[in-house]
Amino acid sequence: MAKKQVNPTDEFIKGLWRDNPVFIQMLGLCPALAVSNTAINALAMGAATTFVLVMAGLSVSLLKNFIPREARIVSYICIIATFVTCVDYAIMAISIELHRALGAFIALIVVNCLILGRSEAFASKNKPHIAVMDGLGMGVGFTVALLFIGVVREVLGSGTLFGVDLFADGFQTWTVMVLPSGGFFAMAIWLLVVNWIRQRQEKADKQTSEQTGEAAS
Amino acid sequence: MNEPGYWSIFLNAALVNNFVLAYFLGICPFFGVSAKLETAVRMSGAVTFVMLVASTCAFGINLILEAINAPYLRIISYILVISSAVQLVEMLLRKLSPPTFKALGIFLPLITTNCAIFGLALFQTNKGYGFTQAIVYALGAAAGFALALVLMAGVREKLDLADVPSIFKGTAAALVVAGILSMGFMGFAGLGR
Repeated sequence: MAKKQVNPTDEFIKGLWRDNPVFIQMLGLCPALAVSNTAINALAMGAATTFVLVMAGLSVSLLKNFIPREARIVSYICIIATFVTCVDYAIMAISIELHRALGAFIALIVVNCLILGRSEAFASKNKPHIAVMDGLGMGVGFTVALLFIGVVREVLGSGTLFGVDLFADGFQTWTVMVLPSGGFFAMAIWLLVVNWIRQRQEKADKQTSEQTGEAAS
Repeated sequence: MNEPGYWSIFLNAALVNNFVLAYFLGICPFFGVSAKLETAVRMSGAVTFVMLVASTCAFGINLILEAINAPYLRIISYILVISSAVQLVEMLLRKLSPPTFKALGIFLPLITTNCAIFGLALFQTNKGYGFTQAIVYALGAAAGFALALVLMAGVREKLDLADVPSIFKGTAAALVVAGILSMGFMGFAGLGR
């Protein structure tokens, strides 16, 4: 789809499902697993990453004619690191508790391969408004994926959702889901669901193409 | 906080707070390179090397940043200096010791901006380690990374032969294995302190 008219809405939507950064592309797994032990943390992390994705996409796309090819990765890293520093200090100003919960993982957004990947593969080749839509789509897709994992881990692990108790006193919490290994398990469960849906879709596509093939012959 | 000994720092970084299985740092290479045992071993060597370089750099930068009172430059200067230092050492290595370069070479650019490396630099600063402590911490983290990677590669080589349902194939199965490994490492909790 090299020269096809690029539709900004399409760029937004593809990040949600078809190219979902976490479940399909397997990018940015480190923060996705590390800070998804509660839904609130997952949401904050997703929002921070989305901000950096959008701003980095915008800046890279605006500066693409001024950045020499040889120095492009370094320039991208500089741009990303600047916005990450902004986010780091902003979160510290908004809620020191949240900053403590997320810890070093806010600073680690800078090495999230998702952001550098989108800057290099997409924003450096497209117009600013399309790059922003792509960043927004990827960011929202990332946030949704994080929320999915975070909700499973928080409901099973602490019996709460966004800090609100869900169950009566008799509920035995699955402590393992809050611990690091729970992150791997929750991610594996979602991955199974995604794989299952994709396989069904592929099967359905195959059937329809066979049917149309028969009709044509 | 009293000063922890070197041995306790090492054990803490390698086993109790294993970078891969407890902090989820360096997950990308962990799943990417752990399919074969031999690549896993070589990758671990490269990671050890880069971690030592990064730790030294981070210590130096932190001294300068504290002197000029500019902690907000930490993220940007860490990442730039670490990645350029690794590139510099890579060039030196190619010149001075071609066999080492051949063994580690292709992994170096891959792991320069890896979260495990960057996380190590940040953690050692947050913990306020001195120079030797920082080096021991880097060695411990690298040993932990190597242990996790090699264990994982061993399991995955066997897993390739197993007959698993098709939706489980690939990353999903690897994630479950990692989860179980991580549960095993929880048994080390309490060793360090």
